[in-house]
Amino acid sequence: MNINATIIGQAITFAILIWFTMKFVWPPVTHALEERAQKIADGLAAAERGKADLAKAEQRSSDALVEARQKAAEIIALSEKRRAEIIEEAKAEAVAEADRVKAAAKAEVEQESFRAREVLRGQVAALAVSGAERILRREIDTKAHADLLSALSAEL
Amino acid sequence: MSESAAPTATEYIQHHLTNFTVGHGFWSLNLDTLVTSAVLGLIVFGVMYSVARRITSGVPGKLQAAVEIVIEMVETQVHDSFHGDAKIVAPLALTIFCWVFAINAMDLLPVDFAPDVAALFGIEHWKVVPTTDPNHTFAMSLTVFFLCIFGNFAAKGPGGYLKEALTVPFGPALAPANLIFRIIEDIAKPISLSLRLFGNMYAGEMVFILIGLMPIYLQWLLGAPWAIFHILVITLQAFIFMILSVIYMSMAYESH
Repeated sequence: MNINATIIGQAITFAILIWFTMKFVWPPVTHALEERAQKIADGLAAAERGKADLAKAEQRSSDALVEARQKAAEIIALSEKRRAEIIEEAKAEAVAEADRVKAAAKAEVEQESFRAREVLRGQVAALAVSGAERILRREIDTKAHADLLSALSAEL
Repeated sequence: MSESAAPTATEYIQHHLTNFTVGHGFWSLNLDTLVTSAVLGLIVFGVMYSVARRITSGVPGKLQAAVEIVIEMVETQVHDSFHGDAKIVAPLALTIFCWVFAINAMDLLPVDFAPDVAALFGIEHWKVVPTTDPNHTFAMSLTVFFLCIFGNFAAKGPGGYLKEALTVPFGPALAPANLIFRIIEDIAKPISLSLRLFGNMYAGEMVFILIGLMPIYLQWLLGAPWAIFHILVITLQAFIFMILSVIYMSMAYESH
């Protein structure tokens, strides 16, 4: 324990080291540390923001999906309805066409039968006249009764 | 062992505990203490300066990370115990911790290494751990002490400092007692601060010297555990010196 002038020398060294640290070591290092802390905080905030954005985008995409599904369902329903309508229309048209064809056929049949009746009537009249002629040839003058016979054939 | 043929145990111990001194009386210098601590200071703070100059706030290198760990530890400690705004306290704490740590670490050099190297240059003694020299520890604690007094003046002004010395802790009625207490307290602070460090390191070094006296094939048996334990002591003493200095500084800057 012999105290001597070394103590002064050591105090000077110590003071120089303190000054040196205070001037050249401490400020740049703490500054860099603060800067890094700021960077990390910014990075975390950005990550947080990114996460929020992603959630929003996911929400949007699922919304879009739901909407698309809904639209597709609507379109399907609409086409279903339209199909039923088309079938109904076709059915109605077919029925109408069938009625028309039936009516035409009926008319033709009627006309045909009428014509046949006319022909028949003509033939029956001719037959009746010729029969009557044969019967009456001998008794009745053809000429005298021609008016009567033509009137009769017209009546038939 | 040293160069002279077969010294006795007493001579060996004495040899290891003697400083390399030049000059007479008070005006002599322990060159081993001065040179060792200065060289260590240059190395430690040179490394720190080289890191600080190239520092980046991006991804740090390993050396930068190491320096940052130390500085963040010091900053946390200072932040916890010191609430003033004096710019000197944190760098002071860093200086104390790093310098004392490096100096204490010299204790882990083999006890004969430094004296033997010195002997090659014809120097008879070389005490390689400056903290086993009270000149060193007192120089540090007195510097801290003067910084505290300066802090008292800076934070409270001469009037406030005198008022605090006269009225704390017993109030104005017992001013003389307060003043005496204050003087004792202020004297005790640097003495306890320096003697704690000196005593611990001196005792540790002494144990290493005693281990050095054992037969060479037995030295590891005690030397290894003591050295491992001493890693803790080295760090702890540096830390204690730092934290107490910070606390004294905070007492100086804050009014009671």
